[in-house]
Amino acid sequence: MKLFHIRGGVHPAGNKERSAAQAIADLPLAPLLHVPMQQHSGAPALPVVRRGEQVLKGQLIGHSQGTVSAPVHAPTSGRIMGVGSYPAHHPSGIPVRTISLKPDGEDRWITPSDPLVDPFTLSGEEIAARVSAAGVVGMGGAAFPAGVKLNLRTRYRLHTLVINGAECEPYLTCDDRLMREQPEEVLDGVRIMAHALGVSHILIGIENNKPEAQAALREAARKALATQDAAAPTIRVVGLPTRYPMGSAKHLVKALSGRETPARGRTADLGMVVYNAATAFAVHEALRLGRPLVSRLVTVTGGAIRYPANLRVHLGTPVERLIEFCGGFREPPARLVSGGPMMGEPLPSVRVPVVKGSMGILALTAQEVAQREEGPCIRCGNCVRACPCGLLPLEMAAHARVGNLERVVGLGLLDCISCGSCAYVCPAGIPLVQYFNYAKGELAARQRAKHKQMETRRLAEQRTARLEALQRAKREALAQRKAAAAKPMAPPRPSPGEARI
Amino acid sequence: MTIPSPIIGPHAHGGDSIPRAMGLVMLALIPATLFGLVQFGWPARYLFVTTVLAALLFEALGLGLAGRSLRPLKDGSALLTGWLLAMTLPPWAPWWIGVVGAALAILVGKQVFGGLGQNLFNPAMVARVALLVAFPLPMTRFVAPSVTLGPDAPGMVGALGISLGATPLDGISSASLLGQVRTELSRGLGLDNILAGAYDPWQQMWGHAAGSLGETSALLLVLGGLFLLYRQAITWHIPVALLGALTLLATLTHGLDPARYPGALYHLLSGATLLGAFFIATDPVTSPVSPRGQLLFGAGCGALVFVIRTWAGYPEGMAFAVLLMNACTPLIDHYLRPRIYGRNARGAPLSYADAAERRL
Repeated sequence: MKLFHIRGGVHPAGNKERSAAQAIADLPLAPLLHVPMQQHSGAPALPVVRRGEQVLKGQLIGHSQGTVSAPVHAPTSGRIMGVGSYPAHHPSGIPVRTISLKPDGEDRWITPSDPLVDPFTLSGEEIAARVSAAGVVGMGGAAFPAGVKLNLRTRYRLHTLVINGAECEPYLTCDDRLMREQPEEVLDGVRIMAHALGVSHILIGIENNKPEAQAALREAARKALATQDAAAPTIRVVGLPTRYPMGSAKHLVKALSGRETPARGRTADLGMVVYNAATAFAVHEALRLGRPLVSRLVTVTGGAIRYPANLRVHLGTPVERLIEFCGGFREPPARLVSGGPMMGEPLPSVRVPVVKGSMGILALTAQEVAQREEGPCIRCGNCVRACPCGLLPLEMAAHARVGNLERVVGLGLLDCISCGSCAYVCPAGIPLVQYFNYAKGELAARQRAKHKQMETRRLAEQRTARLEALQRAKREALAQRKAAAAKPMAPPRPSPGEARI
Repeated sequence: MTIPSPIIGPHAHGGDSIPRAMGLVMLALIPATLFGLVQFGWPARYLFVTTVLAALLFEALGLGLAGRSLRPLKDGSALLTGWLLAMTLPPWAPWWIGVVGAALAILVGKQVFGGLGQNLFNPAMVARVALLVAFPLPMTRFVAPSVTLGPDAPGMVGALGISLGATPLDGISSASLLGQVRTELSRGLGLDNILAGAYDPWQQMWGHAAGSLGETSALLLVLGGLFLLYRQAITWHIPVALLGALTLLATLTHGLDPARYPGALYHLLSGATLLGAFFIATDPVTSPVSPRGQLLFGAGCGALVFVIRTWAGYPEGMAFAVLLMNACTPLIDHYLRPRIYGRNARGAPLSYADAAERRL
């Protein structure tokens, strides 16, 4: 299949060899799980269990709140030890609402509440509802509730489902292993999603550094195509050039279709929806087995890890359990990172739990991090050439440094995907992403402040209007009473202002 | 175990650094430099060492005066500036030309603006132009290789007399090819007559010609430039656009009147064309950042070189051309930005004709 050019990007060392060779292993249950209520983008879930309560694996313990939210389920059977706060899987380590669960060791599943039926007999809405109820979120990092996106066909005319198996971040191999070891399950999830979205084409994009995964999915697709009827969507497995950030949804869509997602728009504007391969697997589990999302694959690797691995982990398992299972550290790590080295975030502590969006735990040595002191910009333009979005990172950083937010926004701050390609190639070691994140945070804070100010003004104006109406009503009533006193026979009548207040 | 927090990705780096970038340029300069130092003998060696040392000294002085740490000395930029300046000086110029030039380059050309990365103009070219305007005589006295390699060439001690300015160069100095051709043309001679004895493309290519210290060997400069391209220390845009524009203009005018306008090869092989195209115009600090901007910048340099050589008051125009285009760089960067993903060239979000029917 013809692929289209995407601009910029970088070729970081893959460093996938050590963990790519390791088959998926089950991590033994931890003695205590800490399951946060916020594991997705959107509103946090609301706890629906109490301390001391006995729960089964897959039982609902956190109810989703609002349109963009996801429920949380018990990762195993056991007893609720408390509903409190615990450090989040976030660089801040800020305490968040968390349910602590003591496993009973039996790992007993709850009976699915919805009867299991052939998903292809269900409507798109029903599939989306089941996916939402199973707490499935995008497993590629953003953790956006998957069911919400499955309903996009009510608003867009969609034609293609794109499965993102690029896994362009260095080090990470869990998607690779999943596609290699369970290609049929992944493909089944893909086909269920395609059915729900009502699309006629499926494109599965996998970078060319994963030939085994490509072959496995091609074989699975061949079998599926042989048995499915002619009206079913076409399936193509596409080899993608190994280039970061190929896995950015907007860039993946450009490479496949040659069209760019309009600024501030969605890939759905082009009729395409993008899901991660691991999300497809979670959809398969939810629809075929009635199992909500309670575990995920995590790559544990990095130069400081003794035995790298791809682990199937119960959500809520403390990160230190994963590291212990992998034989601990070969040498003290210079940095612990959640996710890939390009866009991952530092872990505040090894005690934080694994959540739905945790793709990898990296223990990097100082040599791998290659941290350097910030020098002066020499305007070499490396960042301009590397930027996949066509931005001028050096100018944006210079304006962000002096707090000139308007200029940074004018230069395209909101088009920046924070991929870090610019900082990766900067010879001066300027932490460009940090400047942009600062500017984005500052912008959000200013917008909130402005919104608040306008709300306050609106309320104040309403209050003034209300008080004036009240005064006017009183005056009118007084005048009427005076008139009534002059003409004693007229009956008293409430003024319209009084009735309203 | 807790890890100190406010660190942000990427948690990996491509390995490029400022000292590495500077080092690559110096590495690429070595062949042409060695050639110049051998061909032009001891006076050239003294001048080179003096200029480079003075550049480092003035960098330290500038940093000290500004109350900054002396660490930037190690980034190699001052060394490279001194080196490039020395390459563009007449090889038998007295020592103080190198020292004054280094002071102009480092203090006036760079530190006044705030140090590395802040200067608008190429420091080495600022110095060269200032020297040319202030001291026209020592800046235009070149010596032919027949003298510098001849039997009367000064030895290590005898060269001191030239470097200290005690030995007069009258009688042995000559003009560069560009200067000679210009003078003769202005006297009404035809190009065929002028070039017949003075110009041999092969000798120009090897560098066996009178000229500035490091600009003579076309072959070795191209070799260095190709090395820089190969190691991705520079991109092709500026050199190709510069040489392309110069070639185009020279070919056109030569076609119109071969007796007055020399051909493209003459322009490419003489003067500072190749040194400028690969090593000077490509200075990252003072050239545009976007590929399209670099093409325009390079083409502008090439065109200006041609215009100055052909019609202006100086026989060679590389330094002026680079400085003039340096002045345009902020403007070029402002107008020639890359197109942002998802937006059209004017910055408005893309819209597709069939998008409306898609959005139900």
